[in-house]
Amino acid sequence: MSVRLALFGGIYNNYLALEAALKAAKALGVDEYYCLGDIGAFGPFPDRSFPLLYENQVHCIQGNYDDSIGNQLDNCQCGYTDPRDNYFAQISYDYTLENTNADNQKFLRGLEKERVLKIEEQKILLCHGSPRKTNEFLWESTTPLHFLELFFHQREVDCIAGTHTGIKWHANTSLGQFVNVGVLGRPENDGTTNVWFTTLDISRDGIQHNFHPVVYDYDRLSREMQLEGLPDEFIETIQTGRWTTCLEVLPQKERQRLNH
Amino acid sequence: MTSESTTARVTLSHLDELWFQVTGTRCNLTCNHCFISCSPHNNSFGFLSRTEIQNSLEESKQLGVKGYYFTGGEPFLHSEMVEILEDTLQIGPATVLTNATVLKDEWLQRLQQAQSESRYSLEFRVSIDGFDAETNDPIRGEGTFARAIRGVEKLVHAGFLPIITATRTWKDSEDSSMLSGFISMLKQRGYSQPRIKLLPTLKLGAEQNRSGGYSEQQRVTGAMLQDYDRSQLVCEHSRIVTDRGVHVCPILIESPDALLSNDLTTAAQKPYTLSHGACFTCYQYGAICSNISTGSGPSGASS
Ligand code: SF4
Ligand code: SF4
Ligand SMILES: [Fe+2]
Repeated sequence: MSVRLALFGGIYNNYLALEAALKAAKALGVDEYYCLGDIGAFGPFPDRSFPLLYENQVHCIQGNYDDSIGNQLDNCQCGYTDPRDNYFAQISYDYTLENTNADNQKFLRGLEKERVLKIEEQKILLCHGSPRKTNEFLWESTTPLHFLELFFHQREVDCIAGTHTGIKWHANTSLGQFVNVGVLGRPENDGTTNVWFTTLDISRDGIQHNFHPVVYDYDRLSREMQLEGLPDEFIETIQTGRWTTCLEVLPQKERQRLNH
Repeated sequence: MTSESTTARVTLSHLDELWFQVTGTRCNLTCNHCFISCSPHNNSFGFLSRTEIQNSLEESKQLGVKGYYFTGGEPFLHSEMVEILEDTLQIGPATVLTNATVLKDEWLQRLQQAQSESRYSLEFRVSIDGFDAETNDPIRGEGTFARAIRGVEKLVHAGFLPIITATRTWKDSEDSSMLSGFISMLKQRGYSQPRIKLLPTLKLGAEQNRSGGYSEQQRVTGAMLQDYDRSQLVCEHSRIVTDRGVHVCPILIESPDALLSNDLTTAAQKPYTLSHGACFTCYQYGAICSNISTGSGPSGASS
């Protein structure tokens, strides 16, 4: 027996990518769908993602953005420190808050911050940033294995899955495996336009992860972003696969992917 | 009164950052705002040996340390700095705070190699106190602007993306013009997407304040810490190793009460009472701490 889960990272209002990812996951024979949070941000028409989540019974974890929108906070709590990054983050946030209806806000407010699944005798912890902090950035190049091992030690799980940074990665530690599932919301900073989701195949023998690229209609998304008056800088990212904002949090290695 | 409610005690939440005062107080420069008065002749703190650092790195794994930081003085005055960074990159990400005036191409090539073989990033933070020699050199010394920029060129040539930390020596309203001037200067030198952090102006004022001493009222109390985001304070998530032992934070290494223990594990468990004037500055302007800390990351007045 083996169970296949689809794990979606931040959607950032990219309902077109969500639609494409759901279709791809279905074709892969996925048993259950999860979203690890940050349903809003960045893209157009926030309310368009929710029906897809409801109809397909995607179980959602609350990300920092969902907490903010659900509770109508002043900002997205993404945890940026650079003034320019914060300037652009605030534009998306104000737009998303204004365009998320009351029912969807209520849904976001009610989400749980983490969830532990027990499947085929395996324990999987789903969270947004890290098990200790919703908006912690866990990048591949700045997260030591011995640091992750502390979480496995404390939580006694076999696998920890998160998102929040926007770039997927996986690591085997001596106590369990960590996977950052990537995001559907915007391409990784690698010069390609596709986005990513992750599947886990869970059996008594272990957990096997796979990353899946999602090709979607990014031209349409760009047009809609333009229509909604979202910044050109965001559209450029969608079109080129290069991050133009929220960039200063990137560590050197993740940043170098484009410089070389 | 020293009851729990009036004492400003800070307990480490988790040892995220482990710092090394790798070259003690020895620096090839003598910046006039250096908060631990580093100079070519200041031996008040000595060098850490590669073996001492290896031992701390080993101990730090049990504690789940997230990142390693090297400061001085000037770290690259250490004859084994390259090896020390190679050791570190075996187990986690490393950040070096440097004045970039003594870097050698050959070292940087080796370090780039070490980084590419590691899963972790090696970050360089280069402090510059102004966007030209006229503003930088009076503070950091004759000719230091040109030498630091030359160091940045070497880093870029070796494939690194150094973070330039620049102190605001101009009015806030001039921020964007100064920034774009600096960006275009760096681009001309071959740094196509420069990473720049501006540090608040208050640093110099704060240093004067510090040397001039604080009034008795300028202390952090327990009451002030209630509802305060303690993660703003370096001592909430960091410790620093010097040749004397493990201290609470990089800012207070010269204060005897800030020396917590000889070993990391004990020093991580010891809470610290914010009894110094400098703590008051940290409390007020979290930015001062994060200047020499990580996150937002820019380096401060000792590099
Ligand atoms: S100077 Fe700052 S970091 Fe150091 S102990 Fe005081 S408050 Fe903490
Ligand atoms: S501020 Fe940095 S470069 Fe200047 S003397 Fe101090 S340690 Fe050396
Ligand atoms: Fe997030």
